Amino acid sequence: MTSARANRSRSKQPIEDYLLSEEQLEEMYYRMLLSRRLNERMIAMNRQGRAAFVIAGAGQEAAQVGAAMALQPGVDYLAPYYRDLGMNLVFGMNAREAMLNVLGKIDDPNGGGRQMPSHWGNRERHIVSQSSVVATQFLHAAGIALGAKLRQDPVVVMATCGEGSTSRGDFHEALNFATIHRLPVIFFIENNGYAISERTDKEMATAGVAQRARGYGLRGIVVDGMDGIAVYQAVRPAVDQARRGGGPFLIEARCYRLWPHSSDDDDTRYRPRKELEEWAAKDPIKLFRERVERDGIFPREDLDAIEARVDEEVREAAAWAQQQPDPKPEDALGFVYKEG
Amino acid sequence: MTELRMRDALREALREEMIRDSRIFLLGEDIGAYGGSYAVTKGLLEEFGEERVKDTPIAESGIVGVGIGAAMAGLRPMVELMTINFSFLALEQIVNSAAKLHYMSNGQIRVPLVIRMASGGGSPLAATHSHSLEGLYAHFPGLNVVCPSNAADAKGLLKRAFRDENTTIFIEHTAIYGVKGEVPDDPDFVVEFGKANILRAGSDVTIVGYSGSVHQALRAATLLEQDGIEAEVIDLRTLRPLDMGTVIASVKKTNRAVIVEDDWKFGGFGGELSAQIMEQAFDWLDAPVARVSGKDVPMPYNRNLEFAALPSEEDVVEAVLAMM
Ligand SMILES: Cc1ncc(C[n+]2csc(CCOP(=O)(O)OP(=O)(O)O)c2C)c(N)n1
Ligand SMILES: [Mg+2]
Repeated sequence: MTSARANRSRSKQPIEDYLLSEEQLEEMYYRMLLSRRLNERMIAMNRQGRAAFVIAGAGQEAAQVGAAMALQPGVDYLAPYYRDLGMNLVFGMNAREAMLNVLGKIDDPNGGGRQMPSHWGNRERHIVSQSSVVATQFLHAAGIALGAKLRQDPVVVMATCGEGSTSRGDFHEALNFATIHRLPVIFFIENNGYAISERTDKEMATAGVAQRARGYGLRGIVVDGMDGIAVYQAVRPAVDQARRGGGPFLIEARCYRLWPHSSDDDDTRYRPRKELEEWAAKDPIKLFRERVERDGIFPREDLDAIEARVDEEVREAAAWAQQQPDPKPEDALGFVYKEG
Repeated sequence: MTELRMRDALREALREEMIRDSRIFLLGEDIGAYGGSYAVTKGLLEEFGEERVKDTPIAESGIVGVGIGAAMAGLRPMVELMTINFSFLALEQIVNSAAKLHYMSNGQIRVPLVIRMASGGGSPLAATHSHSLEGLYAHFPGLNVVCPSNAADAKGLLKRAFRDENTTIFIEHTAIYGVKGEVPDDPDFVVEFGKANILRAGSDVTIVGYSGSVHQALRAATLLEQDGIEAEVIDLRTLRPLDMGTVIASVKKTNRAVIVEDDWKFGGFGGELSAQIMEQAFDWLDAPVARVSGKDVPMPYNRNLEFAALPSEEDVVEAVLAMM
């Protein structure tokens, strides 16, 4: 590994075994790390009483960033769930906006302080806002995809949630509908082993979510969600196929929730420390860094430089966002209807 | 008497009833090792085992439907739903089955099911967690609708619910789970349905509330004292059955009524109360009945906004002063 490569521009040529270029790999590392560091700062702000509620994606960054990078931001649609900060970063959210969101500020581009934090939504970026009621967004995704199909618009819709949420009827109804009509929906399930305190075996009798697809006539596969490159490689063909009219696809990314469910949760009540430690050793960001360093894709200095850039961005964004205005009481009343 | 928080009083009720009646079992998300979203079922898994304290998949319609079936089969299930907003997923099961099966089956089928759910703002968890929709459930004949404002009532009413042959919607305001009160220890202590409670006697105005809004009513009454106004505060405790007798007797004495609720005013339960007061005590009223309610918006997240969307004791005071 030589430092001569430190500042040279990144190649756009796909690297063998990765199917991603240097430029894309750098983006992947940067987005995963940005997601994690933002979440860390948000938790700190929660402990200081500055952010009332935080729900984070730690442990799921590779799944989120790998999957979202297989889509075309600006063209494709996201119907994400609350842990998907990483996906939103790929779709154009920046650190400042993420901080405005967690603080419920009036300028939060997702909900202006009206919507709960982490309930992403941005019309321009094709990200659809959602109810906290889990799995409702799958049907919306099917509807968006139906619209696109009727317009003969080659867009793909990715809808996501955790494995626990796939027990809800809306999920099953969406799988059925999307398959009957061969709609371009990617059902991307982030199986992190827990639904709050409940392990997967209390949520379903099958070994995972992918099997559930078969009953509706679509294909379901499992991918290692701790490996962003593997996730990209699994999602990309499914997206391409859906875009060509091949219909929906279900991808279950096996990952792990490294933190408690939310800032309100105490996970020591239900989760063995040993299990947590085993998974922490497989931290997706750490694994990614080790791999690209080992394969000589990036020298250590480059990766350190990315980390420094992320840290500075997060520090700046947190300080800036806290200075931004809160909504005023009279703002409570707008937007119930579209006026005029 | 023991001083308990409302959540602990609810747990005591569950424990005592589960000991008393082996047909009782609990279904819900995260009610086992986790102890429930609001810690009401904490420790019950350890005490009663997995057969009687069951963690379920995330499937609200499913678990209510299973609860209805078990109740029809002679058991006494309790289903915990994390919030009243999520109970909408089970609304069809509740309204078209639980509330109607006894009638539709010509009295053959009973559904003695207890469905507990949290309501109310202040957490803050915004528009799809935080509404107060007690009045919605009160709309449906065939359901009991219970909404305690304090620890003792919470215990007594929940115990009463397990002794009923019908489905009870038991609604717990999240802002008062931690509020302490003196609670009777007697395992036979129950609070009857359909008996409102006069929490404070007064001669100038009747303030009616239920669930969390009783606290705004009480704080408003304290503030009004400084203006020399004696408010009578009534806690309805149950919306179905509804104790209008206590409300009407009070209004005939004070000649003024203010209704306080977190819920939306438009089509809300306050409208029902107001209409019944008008029907039964019109000639005694010195002023139109006033309603203090939540603003006509989905519950916003940011604290400034949420505060603006919820009724406060100052709003109650203002409504009273305007009619004096
Ligand atoms: C219909 C519904 N029921 C319950 C909840 C409360 N709740 C929020 S997140 C969650 C767990 C979801 O688990 P999973 O789908 O595995 O996602 P994870 O949080 O593990 O990422 C639950 C039960 C909800 N939001 N919606
Ligand atoms: Mg999960």
